Amino acid sequence: MAGAAPRRNRTVVPDPRPPLARAGADSRFTRTVLTLIACGFLGLFVALPIVSVFTEALHDGLGPYFEAIKTPDSVAALKLTLLTAGVSVPLNLIFGVAASWLIARYRFPGKSALTTLIDLPFSVSPVISGLVFVLLLGARGLLGPWLEEHDIHIVFAVPGIILATTFVTFPFVARELIPVMQASGTDQEQAALTLGANGWQTFWHVTLPSVKWGLIYGIILCNARAMGEFGAVRVVSANIVSGTQTMPLRVESLNDQFQGQAAFAVASLLALLALVTLAIKTILEWKQARDFARAQDVAPIH
Amino acid sequence: MAAVTSASGGAAPPRGRPGHPLARRRRGFATGILPGFGLSLGYTVAYLSLIVLIPLGGLAVKSAGLTAGEFLAAVASPRALAAYRLTFLAALAAGVANVVFGIIVAWVLVRYRFPGRAVFDALVDLPFALPTAVAGIALTALYADNGWVGRWLAKVDIHVAYSPAGVSLAMLFVGLPFVVRTVEPILLDLDPQVEEAAATLGASRRQTMARVILPVLLPPALTGFALAFARGLGEYGSIVFISGNMPMKTEIVPLLIVTKLEQYDYAGATAIALVMLLASFGLLFLINTLQAFLNRRGAR
Repeated sequence: MAGAAPRRNRTVVPDPRPPLARAGADSRFTRTVLTLIACGFLGLFVALPIVSVFTEALHDGLGPYFEAIKTPDSVAALKLTLLTAGVSVPLNLIFGVAASWLIARYRFPGKSALTTLIDLPFSVSPVISGLVFVLLLGARGLLGPWLEEHDIHIVFAVPGIILATTFVTFPFVARELIPVMQASGTDQEQAALTLGANGWQTFWHVTLPSVKWGLIYGIILCNARAMGEFGAVRVVSANIVSGTQTMPLRVESLNDQFQGQAAFAVASLLALLALVTLAIKTILEWKQARDFARAQDVAPIH
Repeated sequence: MAAVTSASGGAAPPRGRPGHPLARRRRGFATGILPGFGLSLGYTVAYLSLIVLIPLGGLAVKSAGLTAGEFLAAVASPRALAAYRLTFLAALAAGVANVVFGIIVAWVLVRYRFPGRAVFDALVDLPFALPTAVAGIALTALYADNGWVGRWLAKVDIHVAYSPAGVSLAMLFVGLPFVVRTVEPILLDLDPQVEEAAATLGASRRQTMARVILPVLLPPALTGFALAFARGLGEYGSIVFISGNMPMKTEIVPLLIVTKLEQYDYAGATAIALVMLLASFGLLFLINTLQAFLNRRGAR
C-alpha cells in the first residue's frame, strides 16, 4: 500500500509498522549497541540542546524569565512575528491547495518542471532569499527608484519581512499536500460530480475532508518556519528594536548584548513553538494511521 | 465564481470517458471531468512568478549587469575562496556523519521496539521545527569551553565553539532529519523474505547486511546526504552564533554575503550569491535525478 503511493521526500508515512518486526534477525548484542548509538546520537545532538534552552532561560528563576519576555521590545517582536506568520501562512496555504489540486488531479505538459519550481525556495539559502528582495525592491534595486518616487517602503520595513518569509515558506503546504492528494485518488470526487455536485461543493465536502490531516500538517510546518525564519529576515530587516525585529532577531540582538538569560527566555518561546509543532505532528500521524486502518476495514463494493 | 470553475476551466479538457487511453494521451493533457484546471493553473503560475520567479530573476538581471572584473574580484578573492572551502568541507563532514548515524537511527527506529521509541522518533524532526537562531545559541552554550559538553572537550583540548568544528556541528544539527527520513520508507518496504532467502542460502548476518541490505539503503542515503549537504551549504542562522565569524577562518559563504551587503557592496554580494545559487541548483538537479532513479527502482 505505502509502496504504491508516489513518494516524495518527507512524505508522511502512516505508521502501520509491524511490532517487533523481525527483531530476531539481529543478535541481542547488536540490537543493544545500535539502539544505544542511535539514542545517544539523538540525545546528545538534539535533546540536549533543547533541554539547555529551557535550563538557561530559567537559570535565574521564574521572575527574571517573565521579566525578559514582558519587556516592550520582546512583546513588539512577538507581535511582529505573529503578524508575519499571520500573513504568509494563509497566502501559502491558498497557493498550496491550488498547486496540489493542479498537480495531483491533472496531467499537462511541463508538470514536472512546475513541481521542481515549487520546491525551488527549499534549495535557496535563506540569505539569498532575503538578498533577492533587496536587489529587486531596495533603494538601489531594480524597482527601487520607482518605489521611492511613490513613497513605498518594502525592504528594511515590515512588508519586506513578510515577503521574504513568504518566499522561504513557499513550498511547505504544497509539498505536504501533493502526495496526500495523489494518494487519496479521484474516485469519490468523480462520483460527487456525477451525482450533481458542483466544483466547489466537491472540493469542500469530498476533497478537503480526505486530505485534512496532510493539510493541517503542512500548515503547522509552514507556521513553524515562518515564525522561526532568521537568515532571510535578517537580510531584509533593518533590525531596529521594536520596529522590524522579529523574535529570532530579538534573540540575536539580546545575545549580542551579552544578555544571555534574556536571549534564552525569548528563545524558549520559539523552542516551545517547535515542541508544540512536533506534538501536533505526532498526533496527526496517529490520526492518519487510524483513518487509513479504518478505510482498510471497509470492504470495497465491486 | 462557482459557475466559472464548474465550467471546467479554460484549457478545454478532453471530455468523454476519463480513463480512456485515447482521451488521456491527447496533447499530453489529461484533465478528466474534474473542474478547476484553468483556475488552479493560472493561480499557481501567477503566484509562483510573483513570489519566487521574478525575485530570482532580479538576481540574474543584477548579476548580468556586473563586469567580468567586478565579478572575478568578488568571486575569487582570497576571503571568498576561504569561505567556499570552509563551507564545502564543513557541509561534507556533517553530511558524512549524518549518513552514518542516519542509517543507524533509521534502522533502530524501524526494526526495534524499545521504551521511549516514539520520543526518539519525534526528536528526529526537531531540527526541522526548531528555529535556527535557537539551535545556534543552544549549541553555542553547550559547546563553549564553559558549557555542559564543551567543558569536557576542553579538558582534552578540543574546542568546538568558535572553530570550523562548530560550523560542522551546526550543519550536522540542521541536516540531521534528512538521511533518517529518506532511508526510513525504503527500510519499511524492504521485503523480509529477501533477508530470509539470503540466510537460507547460507549467508551470515554480516554478509546479508553488506550484500543485501546496504546496497538497497545506499541510494536513499545518498539522496539524504545530498539534501543535508545542500541544507548545510545554505545554512546561516545556527552557524553565525557558534562559528565566531572570523574572516579567512570561520566565515561561511552566506555570512560573507551578509557582510558585503552591510558594507553596501551590492555587486560583490550578488556575484557570490550567484555562485552559491548555481551550486545549489546543480545539487537540486542531482537530487531530482537520484530521486527519479529511486522511484523507477521502487516501481519495478
